[in-house]
Amino acid sequence: MNKKQSLFHIAKRDTLPWYKSFAIRGCAILLALVVCAVVTMLLTGENPVNIFATIFKGAFGSARKSWVTFQNLAVLLGISLAVTPAFKMRFWNIGAEGQVLIGCLATAACMICLADKLPNAVLILVSLAAALAAGALWGFLPAFFKAKWNTNETLFTLMMNYIATQLAAFFIIVWEVPKGAGKIGIINQGTEAGWLPVVGGQKYLLVILVVAVLTVFMYIYLNYSKHGYEIAVVGESQRTASYAGIKVERVIVRTMVLSGAVCGLMGLLLTAGTDHTLTTTIVGGRGFTAVMVSWMAKFNPIIMIFTSLLLVVLGRGASEISSTFGLNQSFSDILTGIILFFIIGSEFFITYQVSLRKSGKKEA
Amino acid sequence: MFFDFASFLPRAVMQGIPLLYGSTGEILTEKSGNLNLGIPGIMYVGGICGVVGAFFYEQAVPAAEMNGILAIGIPMVCSLLGSLLMGLLYCLLTVTLRANQNVTGLAMTTFGVGIGNFFGGSLIKLTGSEVPSIALSTTSAYFSKSLPFAAKCGWFGQIFLSYGFLAYLAILLALLASYFLKHTRPGLHLRAVGESASTADAAGINVTKYKYLATCIGSMIAGLGGLYYVMDYASGVWSNNAFGDRGWLAIALVIFTIWRPNVSVLASILFGGFYILYLYIPTGTNLAIKELYKMLPYVVTLAVLIIVSLRKKREDQPPASLGLSFFREER
Repeated sequence: MNKKQSLFHIAKRDTLPWYKSFAIRGCAILLALVVCAVVTMLLTGENPVNIFATIFKGAFGSARKSWVTFQNLAVLLGISLAVTPAFKMRFWNIGAEGQVLIGCLATAACMICLADKLPNAVLILVSLAAALAAGALWGFLPAFFKAKWNTNETLFTLMMNYIATQLAAFFIIVWEVPKGAGKIGIINQGTEAGWLPVVGGQKYLLVILVVAVLTVFMYIYLNYSKHGYEIAVVGESQRTASYAGIKVERVIVRTMVLSGAVCGLMGLLLTAGTDHTLTTTIVGGRGFTAVMVSWMAKFNPIIMIFTSLLLVVLGRGASEISSTFGLNQSFSDILTGIILFFIIGSEFFITYQVSLRKSGKKEA
Repeated sequence: MFFDFASFLPRAVMQGIPLLYGSTGEILTEKSGNLNLGIPGIMYVGGICGVVGAFFYEQAVPAAEMNGILAIGIPMVCSLLGSLLMGLLYCLLTVTLRANQNVTGLAMTTFGVGIGNFFGGSLIKLTGSEVPSIALSTTSAYFSKSLPFAAKCGWFGQIFLSYGFLAYLAILLALLASYFLKHTRPGLHLRAVGESASTADAAGINVTKYKYLATCIGSMIAGLGGLYYVMDYASGVWSNNAFGDRGWLAIALVIFTIWRPNVSVLASILFGGFYILYLYIPTGTNLAIKELYKMLPYVVTLAVLIIVSLRKKREDQPPASLGLSFFREER
């Protein structure tokens, strides 16, 4: 054989024991942190130890900062949990951004239009129902078309994001306070109507508790329920699923409605729980980051806590670095990108095994 | 006529050109089976690299001594290099390391937009220069120079001849890409790779090479869209996030044109028109309606996406192995 052979031989591995695959991921994260430190060093001229100290200070430097970090963690984790069932089904929903935003919009609509017509408890329940329904609708549409006519869901959900954004922009101008300001500001600041109750004296505690419950629920739902099993089978092979008597179309629609509804719930928590306002950027790209969080954790809700923690701490730390050194806030996006690239790349070494070819001739 | 068509159309074209670059690049990429959701990030990188190149050149040479070829060449080479690197990174992860394309693409978008905004916002601080903001008007003048007799040709000149050279390059590239895909042998091979990589492999086509080349060239074309936006449309002024969601709109355009770069030439102008239609429709005092008009491109794309999947015509479908990575030993 005269043909040139590549230097490496690549073969699929058997499933690695968990400690080995974790060791590979750990190495990837370490390498990524080193690269992040080098990049930061080149841009700021600070030494790496100080850089990591600044990152840590930015995330946990004071009680207030820690609370914000945990609130960010809760929101990101919540959205990641929401997209997970669909991903496990290999339904590439990148529309979480829009599904959360439409939940925010529904909540804001209830808070603004019904504030003086209903007692507070009823108002919150109505907002909850509206947010869940809006999110579910945004999840239902792409799923319905996917199930019926195999419409590409990635592109469908992507378009739904912008439809939600423009709807929000429309209503922001309809409800703007004061007229001509182009924004809503804090809704019901005087009466606090429709605001979620503050638990334990901490503004962010409720969100954290809700997401903690959601994490446990999602873990059980995916691993120990009939629905979860059906999702896993559909994700592995749709043909096997329909052969086994699973109604694939129903599973797709049901799972996406659930996904969308949880996104809607996160929208409620954002608008009625912490931010008390509606802007077109209230979700801030977390719908997209959630996709990566969920994927990095291999769709396991418990591991997702750590992957989202990693990204949130890094993000908060990077914004501390950028304010300390007078740099642009987008610095955290660069660091996030670097970490993601390393983790995405490391998956290869978990699934495949690379060995050097000893000699082309002998092997042939 | 309700509105001034001769002023609407050129603006629609100028809005459309970045989308045309993005969609031509993405069509080439998708024809190889790679769904590159990193296009928005790549367009940011293409833009900012051009800005960085032009910035250093303008700092180094006084405006009067600037050489036209260098003033255009340096930003263009920088922009192409930047987007080439992004394309290589995407290929390394998805083709060589077989990572999930959606996740890689989204990470690239986060990273690319971050790079764009970071260097756009911090370039002055990092280089310690004494200018208040990045305004590369001299370089921009070279980029947006239109044909000298354009102004004399009345409405014809305004509609057809009033653009900088990058606009014509975009149309040329789109037509070339269309010809390449339909009428050449490498184009046929590329489509085969996107439809079924293992069949193409069995036929002796080097799948890895085609995927790398198509994706990298696609990225470089898309990057030029970012460059056109800053240098020509925005007259050399970089402002963070000004490029907005045009990258996603370019991906929408790919679906809208059902993977045909030549249709994209007109479709991008249509999209550009949708993008600015709200400025031309008299809405009186009701500003909110304008926001609904901005929804048009997305709704139309969604409608096309649904109709295409309803009709199930074989030549209108996305490349069959779009989004899947290829591993030879897998059956």
